Amino acid sequence: MDYSQKVMDHFMNPRNVGSLENANGIGTVGNAKCGDIMKIFLKVNDNQIIEDVKFKTFGCGAAIATSSMATELIKGKSIYDALKITNKAVMEALDGLPPVKVHCSCLAQEAIQAAILDYAQKNNIKIDTPKASSKSTCCHN
Amino acid sequence: MIYFDNAATTMLDPKVLETMMPYLKTSFGNPSSIYKLAQESHIALENARSKIAKILNARPDEIYFTSGGTESDNWAIKCIAQAYKNKGKHIITSSIEHHAVLHSCKYLESQGFRVTYLPVDKDGLIDLDELEKNICEDTILISIIFANNEIGTIQPIEQIGKIARNHNIVFHTDAVQAAGSIPIDVKKMNIDSLSISAHKFYGPKGVGLLYLCKGVKIIPFMDGGAQELQKRAGTENVASIVGMANALEIANENMEQNIEKITLLRDKIIDNILKTIPHCRLNGHRTKRLPNNINISFEFIEGESLLLLLDSKNIYASSGSACTSGSLDPSHVLLAIGLPHEIAHGSLRITLSKYNTQEEVDIFLSYLPGIIKRLRDMSPLYEEFLQKQTR
Repeated sequence: MDYSQKVMDHFMNPRNVGSLENANGIGTVGNAKCGDIMKIFLKVNDNQIIEDVKFKTFGCGAAIATSSMATELIKGKSIYDALKITNKAVMEALDGLPPVKVHCSCLAQEAIQAAILDYAQKNNIKIDTPKASSKSTCCHN
Repeated sequence: MIYFDNAATTMLDPKVLETMMPYLKTSFGNPSSIYKLAQESHIALENARSKIAKILNARPDEIYFTSGGTESDNWAIKCIAQAYKNKGKHIITSSIEHHAVLHSCKYLESQGFRVTYLPVDKDGLIDLDELEKNICEDTILISIIFANNEIGTIQPIEQIGKIARNHNIVFHTDAVQAAGSIPIDVKKMNIDSLSISAHKFYGPKGVGLLYLCKGVKIIPFMDGGAQELQKRAGTENVASIVGMANALEIANENMEQNIEKITLLRDKIIDNILKTIPHCRLNGHRTKRLPNNINISFEFIEGESLLLLLDSKNIYASSGSACTSGSLDPSHVLLAIGLPHEIAHGSLRITLSKYNTQEEVDIFLSYLPGIIKRLRDMSPLYEEFLQKQTR
């Protein structure tokens, strides 16, 4: 697989792996049938800043690397800024992805949004989630 | 480096390379020309043909050189079907063929042929009664893979051949993984047509052959000169053909001891993994399998990640996950033996060679449990599984 050094770095040494006991926003996207599941755990503080974030991912090298990078990009950001992070931003931060792996970056964006949405719903906050620029839905959906 | 991907390709045997060198350097003549230099090439070509014919228990004029397994499969399937289309337009094959056969069959379907894809059982074996039942009046060709490239299951070729003979149907087998690894006798096994590729048994890439039983009709695939009894045009790849013959000869001479040695390593890996790593299963038949093939699915993880982590330890293997197949679906072979998608995604294929050692196997087995654990620890599927266990 033609992965950039950054992708390989985030795959070999993923940042923020694990789960958060006191998470107040959890998002799970993808399905096992397609071979990709991403689960993101958020700890959002009263100022709506993402204080801590962890992930668990079942998937290929790109799925793990994009999850890792996505968590890095949103850590310390407000939920509103985090919602603005696109799959393209995740890809660019990783110095690109092979064309067949672009859907992994979409999944990462969707996972962030799903986790923030979960937090928002639990706290009665109304937010709009932007759509991913290309579809991550695969064969079986 | 620990190379465990010998079903993909093997290392060229240095002895084979040596036999090829004269035909890459000094004896470069075109075998079809008439002068002395060309005669050297011509003699080398025919010697290679005779050697190979003898090993397969065929006649030299039943051996046609090609560019490899894919060409042989394409040629056999498409061009035997075309040659018999006035007799009928039905073909029987299996659901676990190599894509060279499957896609050739798909092409024939687009040309008005009917194709039956026989299912396989959980071990990857076809059912002989099922085969017999599917034979129709217009069945002209049966093509069943000799030994599967992914799960290593070896089919009952001799019996399949017998059924085909009884019904007067041409029987082709893709023997790309079997050749050089296990015995092949085309007469005894009732084989009419058989594909072989040299780079799977320590020969060079880009060369293979089609064995075609005398009397079986085929139309040419490559049109042009009069080479290969006017059935396959194109100047012969003399050096590679010489290398292929030599490689098959070496494989044949050492077959028994290689089978013994490689089977021992194979079984050690299988037994060790099944014993030490929970939630995994062996794919393919436990005993009716190629001596060098190990295919195991690990639940809750995905194959490409596993390959990348092995790669980081300089261990090279392969997987049937979607990510490595270049499509969104996992391997059609793993799905055909009944694996759910998510388990098919977590498969690992190890294919050994005569060069692999006990030490390499031990190194691999020492790394594997840690790698599996690492991936499971970050898998939401495993977390979910554990939570269900404790509930």
